Amino acid sequence: MILVLGGLWIGQNINLLPVDASANAPVYDELFRVLFSIGTILFVGIVGLVVFSLVRFRRKPDQLGDGLAIEGNLPLEVFWTAVPAIVVLFVGLYSYDIYDRMGGMTPLNHGMDHGGMQHSAADHKAMEGMDESDAMAGRVWGGIGNGSAISTSAENAVAAVPIEVTAMQFAFLFRYPQGDFISGELHVPAGQPVSLRMEAKDVIHAFWVPEFRLKQDVIPGQPTVLNFTPTRPGTYPIVCAELCGPYHGGMRSSVVVEEPETYQAWFNANNKLNVADA
Amino acid sequence: MTVSLPPQSEQHTPSLQPTGWLRYFSFSVDHKVIGLQYLVCGFLFYLIGGALAGAIRTELASPMSDFMPRDVYNQVLTLHGTVMIFLWIVPVVNGAFGNYLIPFYVGARDMAYPRLNAVAFWLIPPAGLLLISSYFITGAAQSGWTAYPPLSITTPASGQMIWILSVLLLGGSSIFGGINFIATVLKLRRPGLKLMQLPMYCWAMLGTSILVVLSTPVLAGTLILLSFDIVAHTGFFNPGLGGNVVVYQHLFWFYSHPAVYIMVLPAFGLVSEILPVHCRKPLFGYATMVYSIMAIVVLGLVVWAHHMFTSGTPPWMRLFFTIATAFIAVPTGIKFFNWLATLWGGRISLNSAVLFSCGFIVNFVLGGITGVALAQVPFDVHVHDTYFVVAHFHYIVYGGTVFVIFASIYHWYPKVTGRMLNEPIGRLHFLLTFIGFNLCFAPQHWLGLNGMPRRVAEYDPQFAFINQISSVGALLMAISTLPFLWNVVASAFNGEIAGDNPWKALTPEWLTSSPPPVENWVGEAPLVEEPYGYGVPIDQIDLKATSGRDLWSSGK
Amino acid sequence: MTTLNQADPSATNDVAPHEHGDHRMFGVATFLVADAMTFAGFFAAYLTFHAVNPLQPDAVYELELPLPILNTVLLLVSSATFHKAGQKLRLADNRACRQWLMVTAVLGLAFLVSQMVEYFTLPFGLTDNLYASTFYALTGFHGLHVTLGALMILIVWWQCRTPSGRVTAHNQFPLEAVELYWHFVDGIWVVLFLILYLL
Repeated sequence: MILVLGGLWIGQNINLLPVDASANAPVYDELFRVLFSIGTILFVGIVGLVVFSLVRFRRKPDQLGDGLAIEGNLPLEVFWTAVPAIVVLFVGLYSYDIYDRMGGMTPLNHGMDHGGMQHSAADHKAMEGMDESDAMAGRVWGGIGNGSAISTSAENAVAAVPIEVTAMQFAFLFRYPQGDFISGELHVPAGQPVSLRMEAKDVIHAFWVPEFRLKQDVIPGQPTVLNFTPTRPGTYPIVCAELCGPYHGGMRSSVVVEEPETYQAWFNANNKLNVADA
Repeated sequence: MTVSLPPQSEQHTPSLQPTGWLRYFSFSVDHKVIGLQYLVCGFLFYLIGGALAGAIRTELASPMSDFMPRDVYNQVLTLHGTVMIFLWIVPVVNGAFGNYLIPFYVGARDMAYPRLNAVAFWLIPPAGLLLISSYFITGAAQSGWTAYPPLSITTPASGQMIWILSVLLLGGSSIFGGINFIATVLKLRRPGLKLMQLPMYCWAMLGTSILVVLSTPVLAGTLILLSFDIVAHTGFFNPGLGGNVVVYQHLFWFYSHPAVYIMVLPAFGLVSEILPVHCRKPLFGYATMVYSIMAIVVLGLVVWAHHMFTSGTPPWMRLFFTIATAFIAVPTGIKFFNWLATLWGGRISLNSAVLFSCGFIVNFVLGGITGVALAQVPFDVHVHDTYFVVAHFHYIVYGGTVFVIFASIYHWYPKVTGRMLNEPIGRLHFLLTFIGFNLCFAPQHWLGLNGMPRRVAEYDPQFAFINQISSVGALLMAISTLPFLWNVVASAFNGEIAGDNPWKALTPEWLTSSPPPVENWVGEAPLVEEPYGYGVPIDQIDLKATSGRDLWSSGK
Repeated sequence: MTTLNQADPSATNDVAPHEHGDHRMFGVATFLVADAMTFAGFFAAYLTFHAVNPLQPDAVYELELPLPILNTVLLLVSSATFHKAGQKLRLADNRACRQWLMVTAVLGLAFLVSQMVEYFTLPFGLTDNLYASTFYALTGFHGLHVTLGALMILIVWWQCRTPSGRVTAHNQFPLEAVELYWHFVDGIWVVLFLILYLL
């Protein structure tokens, strides 16, 4: 009992993670705390048992005999089959729920339409028939779509900011189709959903923002998406997390989360289209 | 080391086989010689792989890429992974202990196909030397041990091709070994010995070999396709030519996830042999241990895509592989609880073999917990391909399997040489390894959670301090090898004479002389129906009772 | 431990008789399971490409059916003739056994010739597109198996030339091993034919 309480306390109070800067990061941290609590309880419990057994049942100098001839105990076996199975099932269902709230279970090619992307016509074709060869262009192969955590929030009224990400050895490029300009640094408005559509030019890269708790491989020939809502203004690193060549470690960029007004000013300064932004 | 030939087997005496120390460099068909060949050869590659790890940790001691050129760093990490997996852990935990012990356990005089066995071993040194030499000839492969295309197609072709060739040879060796183990366990059992009376290591090797035979060929096929992409400019995995890079990942992990079980299942088996002997208790829950091994084999074949949660995989696939993976924790957990129950109430001798086994339990439990966490898609999306994963799998393969390899060396050294290892030096070795290992890898969990990706030569300076702690741990691990080496070499000449059965064990390999004769037994093989028949019944506890029930059956 | 003919056609499996009884066929069968998994990997790759990577609009990938059907018949008949050869050997009729073996080998070689003809008449080459590459990889890997099989048949044919030769009614192992292998290769062809040509 002390073990369980202690584990829960540790899980809730020791923070090993960086600051959270997107709408799904707190959701993620919730999962992390649960897993950390369960893990701590199990680990401390098992290590405690091992150490206790080694000390309590060690062979003392005057003991020459054997231990007890216990070959098994069926109820005990059933017990420690059932308990982990239940725990694992609980963790699995819980993480499914978390993933759903992060938007992971949204059908990708369907979710794109809600994202307000320019490619929605092509996406429709991708959904209707794969054998149409031009559907390839709009097909999304993986990633995280719009989550219910995000779409049920008030910000849903605002259309997601579409950004096209191109990864190459050894840099990320961010193209803003609404303003038809390319930036080497990702600027996003706080509190507004963002939809990244990513493709690589040469080898596989991965787009990772630790403070967003999000990562998605950027794959040549297979576009992927990543939807998120940044919350906390600041500058955070973008890290390439898939070995991509000699300068893999140096392939970094940064994401600047700004207040919407600041973002708009930055956007207008770079905008190459005359039309006002939606 | 002279061996006494059993009188009735003169017609089998391999007259062309050298005797004495020379046979360890020959095409010997004796399973004990082959087992030792695997072990020593694997250990030499372990030293090379360890040196490569040292180079990596030296580079990472500072946030800048200042110790070696960046492409050399990628070559080093590729070689480190490949050497440690294909030339150290897989050959040693399967080939070395499997060849040495399995014929004893089934009551046979050799493996089912002795010559195939020798072929399987002799594929390893050339393949290993080929792999290492690629660094000096043209530069080694640079795309990591996973060799993901298109990176593996665009990096220098010669190094990558040599890498593919040597992995194919090692895969072939592994498959031949697997066929041999399956046939030996299923077909060569001594008459009267039932499957459910076999020592646990036989079951572990049977499960492992099934995985080897089913999954390794898929890797071979995949690498052949990859080599076509490199040499013949086909486009299987080249998106520029219409190929699909994610298919490679599926095929690769169809082998490489089971490969994890190929590395840890035999370790589970070895621990199950070591603990009962030194705890003087029967192995707890024999039947459930067997079923859990088989459950791990079946589940192990259907979880591969959890390595690809951030890749181009659709949501349903992510969900399915999350659940399948998480459920592997159940049979694995059963095994751990059974070992704890084996410890409970025993008369545990706190020697090096037991310490390393318990170190294994502690490390593997931590690795298993992070493993279940990593199986959860949302968790993995954050820490995939980071130092968290690096820490996780080193807890599994080093903290798990390598600790067991050391435990097994301490346990079976008297069997192989007839002499005991020095116990205080053994404990020093354990202490240094355990502290060094945890100092090296535990901080890496934090690094991964906070934003350090794996396979980088340079990183955010805020991580420098933790990386330096980790490098100190690596140094400690390197130092820990020295007492071990000294112990093993010195004890071979000056160690205390062990006698035939220093641990008073009941498993068959101890029921013959140490070292054992060619063909294992003088006379008929003993029938051991209760390999774990230790302990006194609860109703007649007598502290002065002699150890071990008298189960020495026929043939003596 | 005892020595056996080193030039045994099953030397790929390098098996030796043993005091514990003869388990060499078990080893051959296990090896074939492993070999089947190699093909399974190729098939899985092909099916995945088929499902998610539609053919590029300008790519040429067309297969004709007549030659492959002929190939299928050739291989199926050769399986039957090999079976006849095995029956004759068990009756210690080496002469008839050799005749049937030769028929089998000729059928296998005819298959290879026909396969070559198909290769040279196909409108696409190895590196033309993804499907073409996969087609050549699969049929080529299978063809390699047929070539090895035909060679092994000829070796067995040579070895059972006299009643006191290596392969006799008392030592059928080389023939049985090659026979199992040959049936396996034929079975793979049927699967390959269904997936590659008919699907």
